[in-house]
Amino acid sequence: MNNNRWRTVDVVVAAVLGVAFGVIFWAWGLLWDGPASAIPLPGRALIYGIWLVPAVLGPLVIRKPGAGIFTEFVAAIVSTFFGSPWGLVTLLYGLFQGAAGEFAFAATGYRSWRLPTAIVGGVLAGGAATLLDVINYYPDTSAAWKWAYAALLVLSSAVIAGVGGWALTRALAQTGVLDRFPAGRERALV
Amino acid sequence: MIRVKGFGWRHAGRKAWAVRGLDLRVERGERVLLLGPSGAGKSTLLAALAGLLAADSGESEGTVEVDGRVGIVFQDPETQIVMARAGDDVAFGLENHAVPAAEIWPRVDEALARVGFPYGRDRSTAALSGGEQQRLALAGALALRPDVLLFDEPTANLDPAGADLVRGALREALDPATTVVLVEHRVAEALPLVDRVVVIEPGGGIRADGPPDEVFATHGVRLAAEGVWVPGHPVEPRRAGARPGEGLLAAERATIRGRLPAVDLLVRSGEALAILGANGTGKSTLALLLGGLLKPDGGRIAATAALAGADAATPPHRWRAPALARRIGSVFQDPEHQFVTSTVYDELALGPRRTGLPDAAVKSTVDELLARLRLERLAGANPYTLSGGEARRLSVATALAAAPALLVLDEPTFGQDRRTWIELVDLLAGLRDEGRGIVTVTHDPDFVSVLADRTVRL
Amino acid sequence: MTGVLARRNPVAKVAAALVFTVALVTTLDPVPPAVAIAIELAVVPLFGVRYRTLARRAWPLLISAAGVALTMVLFAAERTGDTVLRAGPIEVTTSVLSGALGLALRVVAIALPGVLVFASTDPTDLADALVQNVRAPYRFAIGALAAFRLVPLLGQEWQLLRLARRARGVDAGHNPIAAARLFVSTAFGLLVGAIRRGTRLAVAMDARGFDRGGPRSQARTQRFQAADAALVAGAVALAVAVLRIA
Repeated sequence: MNNNRWRTVDVVVAAVLGVAFGVIFWAWGLLWDGPASAIPLPGRALIYGIWLVPAVLGPLVIRKPGAGIFTEFVAAIVSTFFGSPWGLVTLLYGLFQGAAGEFAFAATGYRSWRLPTAIVGGVLAGGAATLLDVINYYPDTSAAWKWAYAALLVLSSAVIAGVGGWALTRALAQTGVLDRFPAGRERALV
Repeated sequence: MIRVKGFGWRHAGRKAWAVRGLDLRVERGERVLLLGPSGAGKSTLLAALAGLLAADSGESEGTVEVDGRVGIVFQDPETQIVMARAGDDVAFGLENHAVPAAEIWPRVDEALARVGFPYGRDRSTAALSGGEQQRLALAGALALRPDVLLFDEPTANLDPAGADLVRGALREALDPATTVVLVEHRVAEALPLVDRVVVIEPGGGIRADGPPDEVFATHGVRLAAEGVWVPGHPVEPRRAGARPGEGLLAAERATIRGRLPAVDLLVRSGEALAILGANGTGKSTLALLLGGLLKPDGGRIAATAALAGADAATPPHRWRAPALARRIGSVFQDPEHQFVTSTVYDELALGPRRTGLPDAAVKSTVDELLARLRLERLAGANPYTLSGGEARRLSVATALAAAPALLVLDEPTFGQDRRTWIELVDLLAGLRDEGRGIVTVTHDPDFVSVLADRTVRL
Repeated sequence: MTGVLARRNPVAKVAAALVFTVALVTTLDPVPPAVAIAIELAVVPLFGVRYRTLARRAWPLLISAAGVALTMVLFAAERTGDTVLRAGPIEVTTSVLSGALGLALRVVAIALPGVLVFASTDPTDLADALVQNVRAPYRFAIGALAAFRLVPLLGQEWQLLRLARRARGVDAGHNPIAAARLFVSTAFGLLVGAIRRGTRLAVAMDARGFDRGGPRSQARTQRFQAADAALVAGAVALAVAVLRIA
């Protein structure tokens, strides 16, 4: 039996996770755009991690190759539709960040779905985001500024997307909604 | 046509078998109503007949053979619709079956006409009512020209008008040669569509099988006790013993632009008020207004001193949330919207803890609620794993935990089986007799005739 | 859909916009973005979009552009040229100003094509074009399209979840930590509901043969024609010209 083949429920739930995060990003924007803009960069990078959660959550829930890329990309598409200020660039961000997160799981041969892999996924996705941001938005800042931004962003991503994504998967499994997925089978019988 | 022999299925992650030892034969052209208490495995059997039980999602026993193509219509209209335009949605199944492009659109039009779909192909599926969406789902199934059609509670999520439309479509659209297996909890309305009733025993086998009159004559009483809406077993009204008390909350020309025209009403303690109205008249919006959750665009919502003490001068939508929960409890249509913790116990303890009660007092409040609503056995369970009826009881219990004087409920009897329905009615009647005010937004006429002391129609 | 360019193949539209976007990312000079914005605003009616609609969809973009410019002013690495303004330790020179302006224009110029494309493209048409013209795997394209339909529903559900928490007596007031916790709780509720819906939708799709495997027919055809290739070629030519102006 080919375990790497995506079932319909894998495709649709991965897409739905991406869509739900697109909505969550929009709600986050409503809530934080005002107050967060008051936090000066590079400090603001500390709350950046939320944008990278789908890249880690996708693989942890679906556990098929490509889940990180697909979920983060769909979230980026929804963000663009909601009128993300970065337009099509958001899609490129989504692809790149998703691929970076995916890489952590691919590197284990898609065999490890545990916390350390999730954290590495978060770190890599954060690195990808930093690279894109520095090239795109902050090319003329000082080297010190760039390093500070990178460090904070990667930290935020490792914690929020990596650890947070892992904890979120476990909490979701406890509710029973993941019963069609491997993560859901790991909970006790009801 | 359909041969089921010794069939059993256990979902992965569950200890108990959903269905066991089932034997069933259905011949071509028969119309069967499948009945049984909640949890008897009706949905599982339908899924098996439709070939939708994936091998990796559980364990099976016995055999299921179906001759010919199977179509199925599910309960929730929103999650059966795939595409943004009605015609595209019907075409979806045809595309999957590689029907040649030239044949697709004529078959789409034919299917839409058969179910009496009132709009054209380009109608946005997001703009359809529940009844229209279900008819579209039926069109999608019919377009594939199935030999067997299965229905898993197709009208459970619809208001009575929508349900009638769908039943009408069922009557008109079905070919005499099509075999039909229907699961429907509004039994009385389903009877004209069927000629045979099969009753499933929870955990194993068939209890009864035969023409409706015979089955209900022999098994009717027991089935009604187990929660099936057997026709001819009406529920006793629960009338208020005392006169209504003082006013608690008033809506004065309250309106929300585009959603709710101006409404005047007064809610009193010791009284059950039912708010009725067709789809789209703004009933849910009014429930949110009365619950202090929305700000009216015009007019106002005013609490009396009896309800709010010193805060009576401030409108409810400006109260802080803990104060609001202590005075007005809101129970939403979907109980899962209100879950915020990870165990039933913590859900019930949340309100008391937030008002600063000491641990011992919290524990006693929670234990009392658990007992009153028969949730003791579930105290450690994750709220999202509860069945529909249990989740409904939990959401009412959490609203009660803060001991509000007024309860506002939005469609509390939606899709309930007879047993949970009666429990809920008894619970609400008891709360009313204790002197609380009860406001229910509902389109369930039975609920109104059994419980409501006064009705307001929007 | 009106507008000469609106009826072009969706993939061609996205490709044209992408070409323009990528070209602008490569330069830091303030002139190309300014010219690009002029071009982009000029083609808006050709896409059948009204300027008012565009303004509505693009104003968050303007706020971000201002934010980026501000960052540049505060943290620039080089401050050459004449000093225009001194505010404490921050020295705003002409080079800083031109750099900040260039960056802000760049942000707008890069994002505008995307806003335009999505304002003038139907999602179903885009999915069809991806499958038929670019050979994207149909299960992922249609699966994403089906999930996409849930966006307005999930948006409404978010509001309802917020109200439900207030009804339970949970609110955050002005405390940011409490606000973050409330946000996480609401997001969790949304995710559970979304996954449930997704699972049911998948079953309904399989019931209509989505996982049959084998060939599939197409009810709606998307063609990639000469005019579409011309659109992309035109975008390339314009992008090159804009870059040359620098």
